[in-house]
Parts: sequence; structure tokens; C-alpha cells
Amino acid sequence: MNAWFSQHVQAFKGALRKLAAQRASSLLNVLVIGIALALPAGGYVILGNLQGIAARFSLEPQLSVFLEPGARPADRDGLEKRLRNDPRMAAVRFVPRDEALAELRKTEGIAEVIAALNQNPLPDAFVIRLKDIPPDQLEALAAELGRLPGVGHVQADSAWARRLSALIGVGRLGIALLAALLAAGLVAVTFNTIRLQVLTQREEIEVARLLGATDGFIRRPFYYLGAIQGLAGGMVGLAVLAGSLALLNQGIRTLAETYGSSFHLTFLAPGDALAVALFASLLGWLGAYLSVSVYLRGMGPR
Amino acid sequence: MIKFSNVSKRYPGGQEALRNVSFAIGAGELVFLTGRSGAGKSTLFKLIPAIERPTSGSVVVNGQNVSAIKPAAVPILRRNLGLVFQDQKLLYDRSVIDNVLLPLAFSGFAPKEAARRARAALDKVGLLSREKANPIQLSGGEQQRVAIARAVANRPAILIADEPTANLDADSAAAIIAIFVSFQQVGVTVLIATHDMALIERSGGRVLRLEAGELVAGGDPQ
Ligand SMILES: Nc1ncnc2c1ncn2[C@@H]1O[C@H](COP(=O)(O)OP(=O)(O)OP(=O)(O)O)[C@@H](O)[C@H]1O
Ligand SMILES: [Mg+2]
Repeated sequence: MNAWFSQHVQAFKGALRKLAAQRASSLLNVLVIGIALALPAGGYVILGNLQGIAARFSLEPQLSVFLEPGARPADRDGLEKRLRNDPRMAAVRFVPRDEALAELRKTEGIAEVIAALNQNPLPDAFVIRLKDIPPDQLEALAAELGRLPGVGHVQADSAWARRLSALIGVGRLGIALLAALLAAGLVAVTFNTIRLQVLTQREEIEVARLLGATDGFIRRPFYYLGAIQGLAGGMVGLAVLAGSLALLNQGIRTLAETYGSSFHLTFLAPGDALAVALFASLLGWLGAYLSVSVYLRGMGPR
Repeated sequence: MIKFSNVSKRYPGGQEALRNVSFAIGAGELVFLTGRSGAGKSTLFKLIPAIERPTSGSVVVNGQNVSAIKPAAVPILRRNLGLVFQDQKLLYDRSVIDNVLLPLAFSGFAPKEAARRARAALDKVGLLSREKANPIQLSGGEQQRVAIARAVANRPAILIADEPTANLDADSAAAIIAIFVSFQQVGVTVLIATHDMALIERSGGRVLRLEAGELVAGGDPQ
């Protein structure tokens, strides 16, 4: 156990020595890995933030039911009763056309337009907050309400949230593809750097084999080398991402404030950040594994 | 300790390097393997740590049939042998002591114990004062001795050396052979390949003689 542990410590130290011996190229490798990782991680962060917005709205889907301009009070009362008894509705609020007009008057620039009209163009309306309902049933409900007597038009206010949701789904797929491509790229980068390292050490490998080193012993420092390089790259990637978000947020904050919102992009959750770093490390290990395996196979059987 | 039975070795090129070789070496023996250049000494040497496999016949080392050994068992076999190669195979990118430490690193010694053994081995060949030097800074004979120190650092029961005195003057060669004799005296089985007959005669060990791949003297009566 002690000997096993000290072999790992030695392999780890050996890997660090190799990194230090080739500082410039190690640094460049780590940068390449970091930047390549920052791209999909950044996309993931932005999608996550957008999804947060979409979720906030689609959680409380709203329907606006506008009555026909000439709807009779009896129709209106029947409709109200029908709506209030519907188990799918969380809250039903009646907005009389006068109130809607008064509301509209408060909006800057519109008041003059309305004053020019000699009659109220707005219909009576019900604003309905629905209980949690899947997006695809929302459309059906809107159509169902639209067929009721006296109803002129039904608007599902969360349709855009649904579209955003679908868009995010597409974006997510795109990012998964990008991540897969870049992951393959990272494996290739490590494969190549480890290959060069193996070649500069081929004499040592040959002698170690002749003297009774197991392939595991020969492979181990290269695994550490790949994994350390990947991990360092992952951390650089996270730093690049955090820096970019901070810059973006400066702009977004001022923009959001003009809309009275405190919206800003949030960084990866700690677990996700850890996963990115570990994944990068794993890719580095994989590149090293493939590289050393190819080389040792080329050396032939013992 | 080492037993060859009807061993033949034909290289892929078609050259038959060993033909029907049989002999046995007992524990604690000192044996010289001799013959002209190309007689098959290095080939025989390489069969013992399974660097090469015989085409036919069997090679048994320490009770283990190494002619049919599984690849996974090869490292353990080699760790238990002290090997001095004809071309030494020292690493010139590190110090003398690091060369000696190399086989100790994968034999499971703790760093302190490994360093102790490496120093003891260098002391044994009279090179402790050069431990920090690079092998390139050493003379040919000194490099031979580093290779011997590396071979014995593990304290193997069997020590085999392929031409450890090649290209050395008579005095240096005698000094190196004396080191091997001192190992034999503490119970190590020693096999040395050499074509230096004068040296063999002075040392007085058993002699195996190869001629064009055939064992012509020193083997078992068939
Ligand atoms: N890897 C190889 N492939 C093909 N033929 C080989 C190989 N190694 C050795 N031989 C041939 O086998 C024969 C014996 O070679 P070996 O190296 O065993 O001789 P040796 O007795 O060690 O010679 P020397 O004293 O010059 O070291 C030679 O004819 C050589 O050409
Ligand atoms: Mg030879």
C-alpha cells in the first residue's frame, strides 16, 4: 500500500516535472483546452439563464379572453360563471372596457391617440391565470374558450415563452454537438502532446521495460500528465467564462435597469463548474491513454 | 537455476542463431559463455529474461518455464534477474544514481529504501563518489560499472551480463570480473558472456562455448 502510494506520488511528481520542463508549450496547451471549453460552457450558461426566464413565465400561463364588441350582458355573466367553475383556472379577473381604457390612458403617448377617438375601441375582457398546465394543452384550452358564445378572441400570453422554450431546446442540441466536437478536439490535442512526450522518452520506456517495469508503471506518469493538463485547461476555461460573464453583465445590468429589471447572467452552479473541470481532466486522461496505448502496441509484444 | 533443453532460435530473417542447445546452471555457480562474434551469445542471453523467445525447446529460470511465459508475468521475471546488456542501456538524461534508482522505482521500494540500496550498489562498484555525475562524463569502464550497479541494486539471485568487459583494457576488465566474482561468493548465480579467453582462464569458472549457434563445450552430456 505504502509502495503503491509512493509510486503514484512519484508518477505525479514526474508529470509535474515534465510540465515544468516544457513550460511554454504546456501553457499553450492549457490555454487551447481552456478556450475550447469556455465556448460550450458559455453557451450552456446563457441557455440556462434564458431557460430561467422562460420558466418564470410559463409557470404561470395567462389567457386573455376578449369578448365580442356586441356581446350581451347575459353572455358575459354566463361566461364568467363558466370560467370561475372551470377547475383549470387559478384566478379569473374581469376587466371592463372602461377600466382597460383608463389603464391605457396612463401609457405615455397613447393618451392623445385615445382622446382623438370618440368612442372606446376596447372590448370587455377576462384575464385568467391558469393552474400549472403543459404548454401543448394551453393551445387547446384557448381554442375551446374561443368557441364559447360571446367570445371574440383568446390570446395565450405565454406562447412566446413556449417558443423560447423550443428555441432553447434547439440551442441545447447545438451546444451538445459543439461540446462533443470540441471534446474530440481536446482528446486529439492531448493525444498529440502526450505522443511527443512519449517519443522524447522512448529510450527510458525501452530500458524500463527491459528491466521489468509493468506497462502500468510506464503509462502512469503520462496519465497524470494528460489529466493535469486537462484539469488546468478546465480551470482556465472556467476563469475565461467567469471573466466574460462579468464583462457582459456590466452591459446587461444597465440595460436591465432601464426596464426596471435586475436581470443578469449567473455563472455555473458549483456542481456544474466542478463537472466541467473534471470532464476536462477526464478528456486529458483519455487522450493520454490512447496515445500511450498506440505507442506501446507499436513496440510489439514482450 | 537456469536450464536450457534443446533450445533452438531462428530469427525471422532465417538465420539460425542457436541450434539444439542444452545445459544447466546450478545455484551459486559462476559460468562464462564464450564464442566468436555471431556465435549466438547475446541470443542465448536474451532468452533468459524473455526478451526473445526460443523457436523450439524450453528455457527454465528459477523453476519457471520462460519460453512459454505469459506477457503479464514478464516484468516480475525481469525484476528478479540482474541484467547487464551488451550496449549497457544507460540513460544519459539523468545522473548515475537516478540510473541505478530506475529499476528500484517499479519494484515497490519506498523512496528511502530505494536510495539506500542504490547507494550500496554504487559503493560496491566503487562509484559512490560519482553518483551525481551524468554517465556521459564517465569512462567506458565506469559506465560498465554503473550498469552493473543498476543490475544488482535489486539484489537478484541471478546475475547475467553480456560482454561487460568489451572494449576495456586488461586491468579494468579484471576489476569488473572481480566484482562479479564477489557476487558469486555471496551466493548469486552469475552468467557472463565474453570472448575474452585470457580473462576466463584467470578467473577459473565453468565455460560454455558456442560455435555458430551450437554448444560445443561445457553443456550437459546428451
Ligand atoms: N534481431 C535479430 N534478427 C536477426 N538476426 C539476428 C538478430 N540478432 C542476432 N541475429 C543473428 O544471430 C546470430 C547470433 O547473434 P548474437 O548477437 O547472438 O551473437 P553474439 O555471439 O552475441 O555476437 P557478438 O560477440 O558480436 O555480440 C548472428 O548471425 C546475428 O546476425
Ligand atoms: Mg553479443
